[in-house]
Amino acid sequence: MNPDKPLTKNALLAGLRAILPADCLIEDQESQRPFECDGLLLYRELPLLVALPETVAQIQSVLKCCHQLGVPVVARGSGTGLCAGAMPHPEGVLLGLSKLNNILEVDPKARTARLQPGVTNLAISEAAAAHGLYYGPDPSSQIACSIGGNVAENSGGVHCLKYGLTVHNLLCVEMLTVEGERTTLGGGGLDSPGYDLMALVTGSEGLLGIVTEVTVKLLPCPEVARIVMAGFDSVRAAGDAVGAVIAAGIIPAGLEMMDALAIQAAEDFAQAGYPKEAQALLLCELDGTAEEVDQHVDAVTNIFNQHGASSLRVSSDDAERALLWKGRKSAFPAIGRLSADYYCMDGTIPRSQVSHVLEEISKLSAKYQLRCANVFHAGDGNLHPLIMFDSGDPQQLARAERFGADILELSVAVGGCITGEHGVGLEKLNQMPSQFSEAELHQFEDIKHAFDPALTLNPGKGIPILKRCQEYRALPRRHSHD
Amino acid sequence: MTDALQQLAARVCAAKADATPLYVHGGNTKKHLLGRTCSVERTLDISKYRGISHYQPQELVISARAGTPISELESALAEQGQMLPFEPPRYAGQATIGGTLAGNLSGPGRPWLGSIRDSVLGVQLINGSGQILEFGGKVMKNVAGYDVSRLQAGALGTLGVICEVHLKVLPLPEASVTLARDTSPDEALALMTNYAGQPKPLTGACWVNGKLYLRLAGAASAVEHTAQIWGGDRVDGAIWTQLQDMTHSFFTPSAELWRLATTPTAPCSDQADQCIDWGGSQRWLRTPPASIPQGAHLNLFSGGDRQTEVRGKLDQVQQTLQLRLKKAFDPAGILNPGRLYSWM
Repeated sequence: MNPDKPLTKNALLAGLRAILPADCLIEDQESQRPFECDGLLLYRELPLLVALPETVAQIQSVLKCCHQLGVPVVARGSGTGLCAGAMPHPEGVLLGLSKLNNILEVDPKARTARLQPGVTNLAISEAAAAHGLYYGPDPSSQIACSIGGNVAENSGGVHCLKYGLTVHNLLCVEMLTVEGERTTLGGGGLDSPGYDLMALVTGSEGLLGIVTEVTVKLLPCPEVARIVMAGFDSVRAAGDAVGAVIAAGIIPAGLEMMDALAIQAAEDFAQAGYPKEAQALLLCELDGTAEEVDQHVDAVTNIFNQHGASSLRVSSDDAERALLWKGRKSAFPAIGRLSADYYCMDGTIPRSQVSHVLEEISKLSAKYQLRCANVFHAGDGNLHPLIMFDSGDPQQLARAERFGADILELSVAVGGCITGEHGVGLEKLNQMPSQFSEAELHQFEDIKHAFDPALTLNPGKGIPILKRCQEYRALPRRHSHD
Repeated sequence: MTDALQQLAARVCAAKADATPLYVHGGNTKKHLLGRTCSVERTLDISKYRGISHYQPQELVISARAGTPISELESALAEQGQMLPFEPPRYAGQATIGGTLAGNLSGPGRPWLGSIRDSVLGVQLINGSGQILEFGGKVMKNVAGYDVSRLQAGALGTLGVICEVHLKVLPLPEASVTLARDTSPDEALALMTNYAGQPKPLTGACWVNGKLYLRLAGAASAVEHTAQIWGGDRVDGAIWTQLQDMTHSFFTPSAELWRLATTPTAPCSDQADQCIDWGGSQRWLRTPPASIPQGAHLNLFSGGDRQTEVRGKLDQVQQTLQLRLKKAFDPAGILNPGRLYSWM
């Protein structure tokens, strides 16, 4: 325990009380509970204080105060992250940005929206809809997740193959440095004068700065979107069909795969009309002009039939399309009904490896005696195995964590990576060395130092702390599991 | 090739050891473009470190060593009905993929198809300490660690010697049509923003020499139908190649060429000699504008005094961050010093 801790806490309290209105500062532990974890409930910690500023000026003052006292700062948007990236630091301030939730401007002619960091992903598209525009990236948590968090994690969703990740859909980011200094990354055009710091900050998990304003690109809403849904008797046949769609020169708006367990769970939950006997399901969304969609629906239908689809359905209107998506988008809660807890992994693999990887996951499932359902952004190779376990049983929890780690290492072994869109956070720190050499990890560390020399922004997350940095105390590994 | 890579790394180590900076280059096509003149005598030529190292059309991923000419990549992709989405300049077949990443150069489809910054999935590079490092990978999504690959785009080789690049590629469009009409530049800008707001397969919008050109590309049915609705003269697509390779007569004079990166709705310059590309987001000018629109960035792309600063001024906070970042990759300052800014 840091001997200076009570002193620091008192100084911090005095400092933050002078900056923030009383209802923007949460001091007691019971009221802090909702902030103890993000969407990954396995890892929990209480901060010294929770600060919920209402203005950029307040954020700036909070950062300056924390910087002066050497107090860690962990930023949080809506807390929907899945890697414990927003888990508080026990000796730091949790900086919640959800009160800054104004859409500052929608410019339909330039097709941009200027946003405060706490604006939810879905709210952007809702505000843009009046102009026939929308915001591309749509993580499954889009109803709740914030654009600031999306920038921090470089969030994806089911439409990335065609419309890109968060990093492809940003124009400008206002950021505060750890010292509380303001700067603007990117701009109104597409090129920046110096290094592309906006790209570097996107996906940096709150380790390099605090995002206070985001300008995103908006896209014209497609005239038509339809889904071709097909069941297959094997994962291999479905995987081959995915490759054939790409080989035919078609880039679907979304291309999702689910395995048998995921299909059954989703169907029981959402009654979307999925073929429950299928071993694999493909959902292929095609969008564009009416003529283009007709042309591509025919082509994809033919491809799926040629690859032995056991059932086939094409959405006839937007209501049916929404229903077919509902099954997929509710896959996580659907699994939640089958099991007390589930643990969602996020490896990305070359598409051609999907059959092999799912077979290996099936073997691991037997080895660890834990069921695992798989949903897969097949278009871009991003796999989400959902390992089911009961956290009331410490042995099951330990097995689930080892199972997950094996899947990530398998993803790297077949030429992929440990995280496609959820981030490293605290959760995947131990797998970073399986993807990166020590020299590469040192390079990451040097980047971190360039932005945050005292290592107080979200310390202990994202990149493992190597030997030469161990004078800085790592996060105590004492997370309460419940 | 492992030996060749080790030799490149050894050259960097040696340069660091005797504190002698290196001018890193590939095809040498951008020596007088984009950045300042790099007055460094010792060169590191990566143009011989070339060749496609990995290509799986069904994965939409291609990997090539940095010295690989763009034209070689394009030929290999075309055989499989694919393309580099960012349409980089080929500069008479000499431009390399490494240099293209370093310069972040892209063609007329930028607002719709992205630049190489948007297509790059991973890099292998040698940092200023001579270490061979790999970031990103060959998959579409990868958020492990910082995005060092994208950071190389536009860094002009000052953060590392780019050795290998992994890229996302796209299918060639099934059909493509170019429409042209006579307009003033102001009208052209208004039309560009209007068309770009519609859900149609637009992949190019430029104005030069009194004409607006629009490119439609994608599914044949959509391209044809849109062309009928929008109207205009159907012309061949030569204008796009001329913009991509900068071979259009607008670019012929060797006088100062300024590039303004701006919102597409920013008012038009009153200069007679200008070219508007990227649906209004990129303005090519022969003299710097009297005032720079809010949020825009101005770069002396070629010609003029290249001993002084040629990129837009950074605020003090960002200047500090950029300088520290440079030191994080290249502590001895031996990689293309002064190429981006005099102080870096």
